[in-house]
Amino acid sequence: MAFLDRTARTFLLAELASGMALTLRYFFKRKVTINYPYEKGPISPRFKGEHALRRYPNGEERCIACKLCEAVCPAQAITIEAEPRDDGSRRTTRYDIDMTKCIYCGLCEEACPVDAIVEGPNFEFATETREELMYNKDKLLANGDRWEPEIARRLELDAPYR
Amino acid sequence: MVDMVLEFLKTPFGILVLTVIKALALLVPLLIGVAYLTYAERKVLGAMQLRKGPNVVGPFGLFQPFADAIKMIFKETVIPSGASPALFLMAPMLTFGLAMIAWAVIPVNDGWAIADINVGVLYLFAISSLGVYGVIIAGWASNSKYAFLGALRSAAQMVSYEVSMGFIMVTVLVCAGSLNLTAIVNAQKTVWFAIPLFPMFIMFFISTLAETNRSPFDIPEGESEIVAGFFVEYSSMSFALFFLGEYANMILMSSMTTILFLGGWLAPFQGTIAGELFMLIPGPIWFILKVCMILFCFLWVRATFPRYRYDQLMRLGWKVFLPFSLFYLVLVAGVLVFMGWLPHAA
Amino acid sequence: MIAALAFYAFAAVLLASAAMVVSSRNPVHSVLFLILAFFNASALFVLAGAEFLAMTLVIVYVGAVAVLFLFVVMMLDINFVQLREGFQRYLPVGLAVVVVLLAELAMVLGGWKMAPEAMNLRFAPIAANTSNTVQLGKLIYTDYILIFQASGMILLVAMIGAIVLTLRDRGLTRKQNINAQTRRTPADTLVLVDARSGAGIGELGIYRPKAPESVAAAHDEHHDAHHGDHSSAGGHH
Repeated sequence: MAFLDRTARTFLLAELASGMALTLRYFFKRKVTINYPYEKGPISPRFKGEHALRRYPNGEERCIACKLCEAVCPAQAITIEAEPRDDGSRRTTRYDIDMTKCIYCGLCEEACPVDAIVEGPNFEFATETREELMYNKDKLLANGDRWEPEIARRLELDAPYR
Repeated sequence: MVDMVLEFLKTPFGILVLTVIKALALLVPLLIGVAYLTYAERKVLGAMQLRKGPNVVGPFGLFQPFADAIKMIFKETVIPSGASPALFLMAPMLTFGLAMIAWAVIPVNDGWAIADINVGVLYLFAISSLGVYGVIIAGWASNSKYAFLGALRSAAQMVSYEVSMGFIMVTVLVCAGSLNLTAIVNAQKTVWFAIPLFPMFIMFFISTLAETNRSPFDIPEGESEIVAGFFVEYSSMSFALFFLGEYANMILMSSMTTILFLGGWLAPFQGTIAGELFMLIPGPIWFILKVCMILFCFLWVRATFPRYRYDQLMRLGWKVFLPFSLFYLVLVAGVLVFMGWLPHAA
Repeated sequence: MIAALAFYAFAAVLLASAAMVVSSRNPVHSVLFLILAFFNASALFVLAGAEFLAMTLVIVYVGAVAVLFLFVVMMLDINFVQLREGFQRYLPVGLAVVVVLLAELAMVLGGWKMAPEAMNLRFAPIAANTSNTVQLGKLIYTDYILIFQASGMILLVAMIGAIVLTLRDRGLTRKQNINAQTRRTPADTLVLVDARSGAGIGELGIYRPKAPESVAAAHDEHHDAHHGDHSSAGGHH
């Protein structure tokens, strides 16, 4: 009986038919495509995107040039130079990130004692030249100003888990 | 005026002009069909993989084929330094040309064939057996290992499957009693050959998949093993010609299946009330619908099955299809003789 | 007029490509010219009204035989310089063969007597209203059935001979048994084990599911054979 069953299945191409039935069912299913530039998938508050240097609400930059991020960076993508400012506070004169070296591990963000350097939600910063990916302090501060509302919200959402 | 035109069309030159017009009337819609077959393939494969497929260029992505064509035209034609240039350029033209000239005998409706020759089936079979040359020449002329491997695989594959295809065709011919395609379709007025010859129909469909190098028999291309097989070295329009040729061949094989097994332009259920209603729809529409159905099956199969291994492909062709088609041919011939159903039984 | 023009065009291309077959330096080009020659010959058949023969010529010679020629020629690595080395030396012998063949042909053609009705038959080769496929079939399957069947038998013998000569199983290849593979069911090969949480497979004493008796025996045999192969290979070194 099992032999008959098997032979019948072979000659009626039962396996092929069931395979085709499966693909036909999928043909009519709802599609999962996201229409990318117009629609975007959700991003976690911990998403590690483009870097930004933040400021305090009064406009003072947060970074105190402790160089912890420079020290912890496994890719050695961060370069910092610092000297005292006129008012005696310690500030960076140079804060560069080589985005072509960066591996987006987020250790700089973890190391920072004042939440100055953060990785924001932006991942659409492709450039036409390599040079544009060598970020300096101005660029990073500009990023911070641009993304501050979203960065603040993300930090707030992630705070309970830290 | 009309008389003058009619008179002109009876002269040798007039016949030539008329034939060219006929050919254009067939080939232009065919090429548009080929363009939209590539679009349909991407849409159907997408849908079966839960994607949307091309949807950016034009409404529902309908202008995608033209965007692709324009992209192809503006690319650079690269001729590899070790290649033999004349043959290298001839191969895609051969593939494309053969895919086009086979259409001369396809009857889209009663008497609509450009050349209604007596040996239409043999002509189609001959042209489709020539298709292998485009592939072999391309593979050899490219002077590349991958291309050569693809060509060798394709040569063995296409020759093997032609044998069983030939036997399947002979089975149909025995039932129809003619080699003329119009006569074969007209012999299916009572019942389409797909019903009494159903196993042959399935085997013919699978053989056409192998004959057109379509998935799951696309080992001459085999992206994952030999990159793109025989057309690795091709770019720009020479690549586009291969692409067009392959898809035109798919349509050709589908129409061949339609003519041999699905009653060509005949409406289904003839002799019933539904049949009378279906008769109102003109023949060419039925023909196109049937061809589209088989083309959908081509794409459906591609979305479903993984690629065959080379030795499995050979085994299927020689050890399964050939004996089975031979057996069925003898069976059909025996039944026809025994019941006295042979056409032309003089 | 047009038919005559077409005839001369096809015949000219046929002769030219036939000349190229023997004179072309690259054997692949030779085969391609041979294909062109076949093609033009079939076109001549069409002009002569023998459409069945024309199509058969294309299908059999161009579609199958020439593909195999091309296949072989492309795979061969021929050294042309070496091949042409003996041309001067063997020229006299070749010429002698040509002379003998020509003389024989002349003798045969000189002694040829046409059947008296042949000339008339030539003008009406097929009856009107029947395609030449039907005519050919009627001839082959009635008057010439024995010859036809005999040629079929000869081809069959040749085919079987080729298979016998090449099909030998030296036991070096591992063949796939598709029937055995598709016959397998999960019940044959799969053992579900309820493992305690935290217990490793060593602890439970199941490194792998126990194989059925027969399969285990076959496996051992296979292992032995494999071992034997290894030792003999070692001996060669």
